Amino acid sequence: MEFITFVILFPLLLALLLYTIRKDRTRSIVVYAGAAILSIASLLLLYLTYGQEATYFQIQTETFSYLLFIVEVLIGAYLLWLAYTHKRWLVSVLVLAQLALITVAEFGAGHHTEPYLFIDEFSAIMAVIIGVVGSLICVYAVGYMRDWHAHHKGEPDQRRFFFAVMFLFLSAMFGIVFSDNLSWIYAFWEVTTLCSFLLIGYSKSEEATNNAFWALTLNLIGGLAFAGAIVYIKFFSGAPEMMSLKELTLLGPVVALIPVALISFAGLTKSAQMPFSTWLVGAMVAPTPVSALLHSATMVKAGVYIIVRFAPVLQGTALGLLFALIGGVTFFAASCIAASQSNAKKVLAYSTIANLGLIVACAGIGTGSAIWAAIFLILFHAVAKSLLFMSVGTVEHRIGSRDIDSMVGLIHRLPIITTMMLVGIGGMFLPPFGMLIAKWATIQAFLLSFTPVGVVLIGLLAYGSAVTVFFWAKWMGSLIRYDPDQENEEGKVSFSELIPIQIIGFCTIAVCILFPLISAAFLIPFLNRIFGEASSIIGTENTIIVLLMVLLIVALPFSILYYNRKGTPTSQYIAGRTGTAHTFSGSLGMTRTITLDNYYLGSWFAEKNVLPIGTIICIALLIFIGTIAGVSFLTGTSDIVTLSLEGAL
Amino acid sequence: MNLIWIILFLVLAPFVGGLISGIDRIVTARMQGRVGPPILQPFYDIGKLFQKEKLRINGMQNFCILSYLVLIIVAGAIFFGGGDLLLVGFSLMLAHVFLVLAGETANSPYSHIGAQRELLQVMAVEPMLILYAVAFYIVAGSFTVATIIEHGALGISYIWLLPGVFFGLIYIFTIKLRKSPFDLSTSHHGHQELVKGLTTEISGPTFGLYEIAHLYEVVILLGMIGIFFAGAPLLCICALVLLYLLEVFVDCSTARVKWQLMVKSSWLVIGLVAFVNILALSLFW
Repeated sequence: MEFITFVILFPLLLALLLYTIRKDRTRSIVVYAGAAILSIASLLLLYLTYGQEATYFQIQTETFSYLLFIVEVLIGAYLLWLAYTHKRWLVSVLVLAQLALITVAEFGAGHHTEPYLFIDEFSAIMAVIIGVVGSLICVYAVGYMRDWHAHHKGEPDQRRFFFAVMFLFLSAMFGIVFSDNLSWIYAFWEVTTLCSFLLIGYSKSEEATNNAFWALTLNLIGGLAFAGAIVYIKFFSGAPEMMSLKELTLLGPVVALIPVALISFAGLTKSAQMPFSTWLVGAMVAPTPVSALLHSATMVKAGVYIIVRFAPVLQGTALGLLFALIGGVTFFAASCIAASQSNAKKVLAYSTIANLGLIVACAGIGTGSAIWAAIFLILFHAVAKSLLFMSVGTVEHRIGSRDIDSMVGLIHRLPIITTMMLVGIGGMFLPPFGMLIAKWATIQAFLLSFTPVGVVLIGLLAYGSAVTVFFWAKWMGSLIRYDPDQENEEGKVSFSELIPIQIIGFCTIAVCILFPLISAAFLIPFLNRIFGEASSIIGTENTIIVLLMVLLIVALPFSILYYNRKGTPTSQYIAGRTGTAHTFSGSLGMTRTITLDNYYLGSWFAEKNVLPIGTIICIALLIFIGTIAGVSFLTGTSDIVTLSLEGAL
Repeated sequence: MNLIWIILFLVLAPFVGGLISGIDRIVTARMQGRVGPPILQPFYDIGKLFQKEKLRINGMQNFCILSYLVLIIVAGAIFFGGGDLLLVGFSLMLAHVFLVLAGETANSPYSHIGAQRELLQVMAVEPMLILYAVAFYIVAGSFTVATIIEHGALGISYIWLLPGVFFGLIYIFTIKLRKSPFDLSTSHHGHQELVKGLTTEISGPTFGLYEIAHLYEVVILLGMIGIFFAGAPLLCICALVLLYLLEVFVDCSTARVKWQLMVKSSWLVIGLVAFVNILALSLFW
């Protein structure tokens, strides 16, 4: 109990403290110390949950609930003021609607349920992601933001505000994963929306402001649905105990489907699923630590967290399958778009959207094995993606470009960072690394829920994976291209960037090696409690093979030491002409330069071709969901909503 | 996992692959009105490669080729040891990523284009490898080759249940063998526009490793096709011989296509034939 309150309140206090510190050095020290404490605390939390049942702690006083309501109102008021000054009328309408709903919910009905904080294995794993990955990103931000302001001379230096919001964000995320009461989750949910808005709009450029407001708008639509769910539970459901997450998931699909549909919809907006994917891509204007935080430890993970929590309700229902399809379509479409991008950050953004799609698909299927895959996807994605964002951010400051084609030969220029990038990319798609283990489990999970929908999802996954291989491998190819003319300039990278990158790189490999342990110690007990059926999805024999392959891949680079020494050095063949790594002598003795760019398949997979199609399909699926939920609400029957699989087929 | 089969595969596969390749060259020659080399020519070629001077563009490339060979062997060991089909597909994919990296690291225009095309080939066949495993799972109830063969011996005829999947696999077989019309990234002959494409910068003993990896891969691919006929060994061998001759015939009678056509046609065939096959099974099996 003390620990949970500590990890929620400690970053909050840090945020307040950081906002008051004006001196750079003092701030750095506070960030380092805070990050260390937070990481250790979250790891300790995970350790404490080992072998424990889910533990619930009642909050004695109602003051907290009112306090949170006041916070919600204050956030609403602040957003209204912003909307007014920037003339964003849509935002103000959304905020007003939300304020109206939560006020009705607050005063129209009493507090039927006592608010609880709770912890189980899933919360604890999320806490480690937030605590360790999130803190490391904050450490990284210390060095990065110093550089950023050196590169952006015109921008006002608001770093104390920046770091305060970063830690506030972490605090709110801890709040989401440890709260049992929906109105609490909602309050923290709104805080994350606000934080992301503030961070995306950090640079005061017009583009940043526009994108920040766009992110705000889409997330407020989700927030509105969330508030709607709360009002529904309090006034229409006849089962106000559903305000508790635990009760809600226990009640099953017949009673709980409408609020679950609404909140999962909110989850879709937050985790940037199509048709809401645009806000996450737009968020790329923010400084890189913000992107790293949004993509790996916070924000989008809150969206999938809540949908995964609802898996027991979604399992085997038509609604669950529709959500799964949205995830599947998003996975495929976003992977295709990623293949057509040469901007490294956009590739990362679309690959995040794609992977979240996979998680949503697993949650929609909702079986024990699917949730096993979903939680591992969350974990592996968090480490690998934060590693990639931090590396790309540092590379961008060094080479002045985030274009993949200008990262050619980077292994010679920034060997450590590039190696870490290769680890991150490998972690995203290469067997036997984590994401692939999770994808493997995903295929099995889709198969076990053996329906035509499962097969369609497998089809989307098969084609989507093929595209992921294409875009990750060509990026790797650019990085390792041999270029003896490049000079090593790693010395110019600050330690506050280099060290978190290396720690996360180490974590990426460690998580891959430790996955059977994590599964046995935390996931299997968790799934056993919820689904009553859970065994390791990947059999012992295969686990051993995978671990051997990990060792093989880790060991192989050592052979490069041996290979490097042997053999006569020679230069590459350029049609019999003389040349260097960059030039060859053309006709009439002209010296021509060589540039080797990658294939981007722009005519097939360009954003403007694929995005509308994905968006339209997902909107159609959403309309379907809306119709089912609406009909069920109006007729008061939930037969249509809970259409069991057998019935549907 | 069956250790004996793994050892048999490790030892015999290069010889079987080499013989197939030797016969391939003779048949190809006869189709083109030539006499062709002796049947053991592939072995002479590889032997000679190992006597050549060891040149290196950079250490990374040689390392990548070694990884390619090792991972192909791992994939084969998992397959012939009776392991998981999905794992086989993943290992093959990883092996080819290393091959692509070997091409990319050379920093040469020819090998770069070859590597990009190889990557497109990987992209073209990858859905099939996953759907292939999934199809067997649906019919046999397991991803493991051992169980699949057991069930085949008990009387499940995969070829009748999975004709679409079989056809899809045959289609990507040509891409995997790098035979015309899909010999885009590199081919057994000199390439008109790309010299030797992906393998332009690979020479001597390293190129020998590459050739050995290819021999292993041919055997793995034939094995993957073979398990459609599990339980009927004679039929299996006849089918494989016929199929390989068909590949040689296609190789001799078609011209190289553009990569766009390769990716599109392969995805289309996989979608229309293999995927529809699986979808139908999911409804009626």
